Amino acid sequence: MTKSSAPSGAPINVPQLLARNVARFPNKAAYREKEFGIWQSWTWAQAAEEIEAIAMGLLALGLNKGDYVALIGRNRPAFYWSMVAIQKCGAVPVPLYQDAVAEEMAYVLEHCGARFVIVGDQEQVDKVLEVQETVHGIDEVIYLDKRGMRKYDHTHMNALDDVAAEGRAGHHRFEAILKEREAELDYDSTCVMLYTSGTTGKPKGVVLSNRNIIETSKNSADFDHLKADDEVLAYLPMAWVGDFIFSIGQAMWTGFCVNCPESAETMMTDMREIGPSYFFAPPRVFETQLTNVMIRMEDAGALKRNMFKRYMDVARRVGPAILDGKPVSIGDRLAYALGNIFVYGPLKNTLGFSRVRVGYTAGEAIGPEIFDFYRSLGINLKQLYGQTEASVFITQQPDGEVRSDTVGVPSPGVEIKIADNGEVFYRSPGVFVEYYKNADSTADTKDAEGWVATGDAGFFEDGSGHLRIIDRAKDVGKMADGSMFAPKFVENKLKFYPNILEAVVFGNNRDRCVAFINIDLTAVGNWAERNNIAYSSYQELSQHPKVLEMIREHVEEANASVAQDPMLGGCQIHRFLVLHKELDADDGELTRTRKVRRRIIEEKFDDLITALYDNKDSIYTETEVTYEDGRKGKIKATLDLRDAKVQPVARAMAAE
Amino acid sequence: MLDDTESYVTADGRTIGGVVLDLKSITLRFGGVEAIKNISFDIREGEIRAIIGPNGAGKSSMLNVISGFYVPQEGEVWFRGERRPQMKPYQVAQQGIARTFQNIALFEGMSVLDNVMTGRLNKMKTGLWSQALWKGKAEREENENREAVEKIIDFLEIQSIRKTPVGRLPYGLKKRVELARALAAEPTILLLDEPMAGMNVEEKEDMCRFILDVNDEFGTTIALIEHDMGVVMDLSDRVVVMDYGRKIGDGTPDEVRNNQDVIDAYLGVSHD
Repeated sequence: MTKSSAPSGAPINVPQLLARNVARFPNKAAYREKEFGIWQSWTWAQAAEEIEAIAMGLLALGLNKGDYVALIGRNRPAFYWSMVAIQKCGAVPVPLYQDAVAEEMAYVLEHCGARFVIVGDQEQVDKVLEVQETVHGIDEVIYLDKRGMRKYDHTHMNALDDVAAEGRAGHHRFEAILKEREAELDYDSTCVMLYTSGTTGKPKGVVLSNRNIIETSKNSADFDHLKADDEVLAYLPMAWVGDFIFSIGQAMWTGFCVNCPESAETMMTDMREIGPSYFFAPPRVFETQLTNVMIRMEDAGALKRNMFKRYMDVARRVGPAILDGKPVSIGDRLAYALGNIFVYGPLKNTLGFSRVRVGYTAGEAIGPEIFDFYRSLGINLKQLYGQTEASVFITQQPDGEVRSDTVGVPSPGVEIKIADNGEVFYRSPGVFVEYYKNADSTADTKDAEGWVATGDAGFFEDGSGHLRIIDRAKDVGKMADGSMFAPKFVENKLKFYPNILEAVVFGNNRDRCVAFINIDLTAVGNWAERNNIAYSSYQELSQHPKVLEMIREHVEEANASVAQDPMLGGCQIHRFLVLHKELDADDGELTRTRKVRRRIIEEKFDDLITALYDNKDSIYTETEVTYEDGRKGKIKATLDLRDAKVQPVARAMAAE
Repeated sequence: MLDDTESYVTADGRTIGGVVLDLKSITLRFGGVEAIKNISFDIREGEIRAIIGPNGAGKSSMLNVISGFYVPQEGEVWFRGERRPQMKPYQVAQQGIARTFQNIALFEGMSVLDNVMTGRLNKMKTGLWSQALWKGKAEREENENREAVEKIIDFLEIQSIRKTPVGRLPYGLKKRVELARALAAEPTILLLDEPMAGMNVEEKEDMCRFILDVNDEFGTTIALIEHDMGVVMDLSDRVVVMDYGRKIGDGTPDEVRNNQDVIDAYLGVSHD
């Protein structure tokens, strides 16, 4: 692959982009954070000053060129500044998932050999101290929030404020060294290292260079016409590549403002106050919001309920067409405009979507009803398909070509090819440098010509040129009768029901499929309340006969829909059970980005799968669970196993 | 035995000062019922002091004596080395003693923020008219107090419910809001009446953390009534045990745990 180099004079690393922004928009807000009930803001000039102070403070602590610095905490400006400061010092930032338990952190900290760790608060400090019992390379711990930290041994511990203050005090001492370190950064030096959570095996450290980040940010910002006056809300995990691209890459490239919520719980309120113009969320966030809206509408008065229903019907009919600029009759336009005044406008305002110009969802398939709901309100929600290894973008949907069942066309600068077995390969300027200390995996994933295997099976749709993803290539299997088995296809259909939070389908090499279901506590709990069903725990609610009956109906409806697909009609669910616990990342059942880890679930709940295939009516089981603080416990339950009706499979059409 | 003015450092590095509140031979009667019978104990600066005992032992009455709500028929309350005259609860509050209630006593229709703001009442000096006109000093004062309240909201991690009416909150959070309101008064002594009653394990752990943090960060002296033995033994520096209005034990958690009277009366008979 030929490597394009940056046009001469153009910034070739993130610190240079920062300097460019300071020159271009010195007094424009660059970062905001809500603290003590008020939005505090920093201009590009102020942010640059903070970043420099932190960088010098890190030098004072002895940060060397090529060191790795781990960051653990929620989205805060100080973390974003630290990441840039670390790069300025010639070191590599490694953001980690803050909700990871100490064991998981230990692996990553050991693997990258982090010398410094920057954490959010006391809770994270405690985790790092626990990790230090086994991992010995950590020299300094730096924390943001001073609360509860007074009694700790501070010989190798500092508050970030104090580090920055020391940097400011030593300004003259460190200026020359910092300049020297910055001058050594080029287009191919490492910008960030991100660990992929991985649905199988240990996390891998993906090394992304300045070239990856800057070229990708430039292309994607051009694609969606992102500008300096855009606003984003930074609330997704910092360890996830998307947040790095949006909150650092694109923010630095375009100069837009990054807003950090006060806490994870206040995210919805904060979003409403900020009104982001560029927004990204995994399907789950949209699902939760829609569920909440529907629950609240059911509790609303008759007038509001009728108005909502009436105008949502109008929106569903013509909303997406209006958004795509297609012809719509005058009458419908008028009805939509009225609906906008009475329903859509206020609703969008409540959800914080009033100003969203570009919205993306990715990571999982989104339910068509959910997707259409937001688009019918006039929110330009689109889908993209990406990976950490691609610096996010592989395909995106252009404005006006948005559909719920595809992931769009190749992003600018990305080439895609489909292998004979259906696996999707891509090549782009955003393709990662390597997996850190893992040459074998690098070679397995990326070939000499720069083509990267996604591990996903998919195909290009005739006519539109849009890519459609079927499932993880590894998960696609065969049923005993030779028909195709793609669990995700069925699971997605199930997950589109608000009452179903998660579904796992089994059936590879078997004669029929069975499924585990997780109920959605918010939706089912509300339903229970309205129907006077008393329950004392998640477990009890999950096994309530009426709940099981409701889930059975959903499964049968999903079966009917699966049966329409001639290729995958064999994947209908014959038997299912509702799990007594929510699948959780702390128990290793999901990745930190909440993707199902099929193999682990298969091993862990082997007894349940066997019982389903043995046609038993109920089974007693004990499951080990891990609490947030790492302690373990056991829950016991007797689960009801149910049958579901299946439909005859539709005949393959001639064109197939 | 320590002298009244001596201070010491605990195993976890906190400094416990001299006696701030000394209750001497308190007897409280309601008609013919003796709720508290000749009880004496003291509370030291910066310590967490627990009062435990079975139902009806007189624990809440004891707290009400400290807060000035009940006036004991006999005995004296000494505060910072001086005998405290008979006082109204608001005068006690002005001395820097704040409390929470066993049955939550918040304004249900007001938001969390407004409820916590009421805790600042003693810090507001401007009169009714200037507050109504919202001019000059009144505005400045409200801003200062709002800032203090926001710091407490941040401290107790209740930002997400700042604008929620208290009536809509679950029980555990109401308890936290009540603690926030008590803290808003910037008390030197905080009286907590069963801060963890009716909470689940997670809520209890959170509350414990907050109580320890309050004590640690602000140096607030804390007297609390609690039923959960695990909590009491973990949290407190010293424990007073009451039974039928009498004091049957007083000392460190370990001393109390091994006190035969206490075991018999409250903790049940040991099988060792």
